[in-house]
Amino acid sequence: MKILPSEITSYNKYLNRRRFIKSSVATGLILGTSTSPYANHLSNENIYDNQLDENDKLNSFEDITTYNNFYEFGMGKTDPSENSGNFKSKPWSISLEGLINNPQVLDLEKLLRQVTIEDRVYRLRCVEAWSMVIPWQGFPLSELIKIADPLSSAKFIQFVTVFRPEEMPGQTRRLLPWPYVEGLRMDEAMHPLTILSTGLYGHDLLNQSGAPLRLVVPWKYGFKSIKSIASIRFVDKQPEATWSMLAPSEYGFYSNVNNFVDHPRWSQGTERRIGEFKRRETLMFNGYEEEVSHLYKGMDLKKYY
Amino acid sequence: MISTQSFKKTKPLIFLIIITPIFFWAYQFSNGQLGVNPIEKLMDNLGEMALRLIVLTLFISSLSEFRKFRFLIEARRMIGLFAFFYVTCHFLTYIVLDHFLDFNFIFKDILKRPFITFGFISFILLIPLVITSPKRMLKKIGYKIWKRIHYLIYPAAILASLHFYMLVRANKIEPAIYIFLILLLLLYRLFYRVILPRQAQ
Repeated sequence: MKILPSEITSYNKYLNRRRFIKSSVATGLILGTSTSPYANHLSNENIYDNQLDENDKLNSFEDITTYNNFYEFGMGKTDPSENSGNFKSKPWSISLEGLINNPQVLDLEKLLRQVTIEDRVYRLRCVEAWSMVIPWQGFPLSELIKIADPLSSAKFIQFVTVFRPEEMPGQTRRLLPWPYVEGLRMDEAMHPLTILSTGLYGHDLLNQSGAPLRLVVPWKYGFKSIKSIASIRFVDKQPEATWSMLAPSEYGFYSNVNNFVDHPRWSQGTERRIGEFKRRETLMFNGYEEEVSHLYKGMDLKKYY
Repeated sequence: MISTQSFKKTKPLIFLIIITPIFFWAYQFSNGQLGVNPIEKLMDNLGEMALRLIVLTLFISSLSEFRKFRFLIEARRMIGLFAFFYVTCHFLTYIVLDHFLDFNFIFKDILKRPFITFGFISFILLIPLVITSPKRMLKKIGYKIWKRIHYLIYPAAILASLHFYMLVRANKIEPAIYIFLILLLLLYRLFYRVILPRQAQ
């Protein structure tokens, strides 16, 4: 296989990866004290620069919030931004259930007081072969898992999207079996790259982006990053996930971004970065190979796609 | 009743109506008004327009069995040619804008992905129809053969609607409606053109 120069992590990039942890705490402080919801978004996008990989550029707030797959609000890409006006993301609570020591219904505001919001600039790769670069705000899922305090028998986590057909017009039609569910293996859920996001561009998540709380797993196809999470269940067996239930031959439980495993509808070798004209090569694990490949050591990723 | 002669006069208007969308989309495309993923949007618009025009020609064929709607047949060839025009634009968008003339990839993509295979075969099936569309070609090959060639529109239409059906991820109602309409029109024609005449014999 030919390795492009761009695929090799540059020293610069290496430094950036190390630096972002420091800087993100700082931005977190700024975010925490700012009052305007658009504070960072309109004033200074440069705060994300040091987290940006060399070949990436941030997608605009508009791109990110008007091109969405969120079938709860309709199947078209602009449906979520057009049809989500009646959705009430406040107040919100998350139910922690299953094999844990602290089952509870947790008020989101209370939860947010116990975690540190960080900046995470991630690539998002959709299974439909398009991608974006998004500056998220959120906290590691592992922090919530610590609060739940799972039993050793808990091997997987299932996430469930809220079911409110009166506020989510897509749920009144049988586009998918509602509510949407997704899952992760415990070690994937504990991985430091896996976050629960509460905002992007320094702005609280808009309804179309999965307000008020959504998962972001940057090395997996976008549909794994479930939106508007209402409950989190700790289970001992691989849980069901909506798309993989619906079409198991097309969508696996793992659904890691993998340019070597093709989908019957979309070649996964290349992708269209939103805002760019030519396609780019898709990177293994969406470019997070260094960080996550150890999770899948010894696994046949063609079988466990 | 509308006469064939008076209907003929409206053909330039029909021409304008059918050609307008492509100028509109081209304008939107070059002005960044086709949304966040304009290539995908353009390709979807062109493909759906082509499918609609194909279904329209099938409707005309069936309706023109009735004397009252006989005049419609006058517009069928033009609409059929426009269908091919939109399919070609759809295919060119895929080749040029979507995959940037990467023929190595495109070739594999057509073979590997059933929905693209179907769409491609549908496109190929339309070519003989276009070649034999001028009146002098009809005279040259004779009505019988011409007719046979033009029945290719049915497999082409079915493949095109399946191409759409397989592309959609969930809630396949819209593409299913196209498949249903095409099959209905095909059955209707079979009944009137094949089954009834045989029984009469």
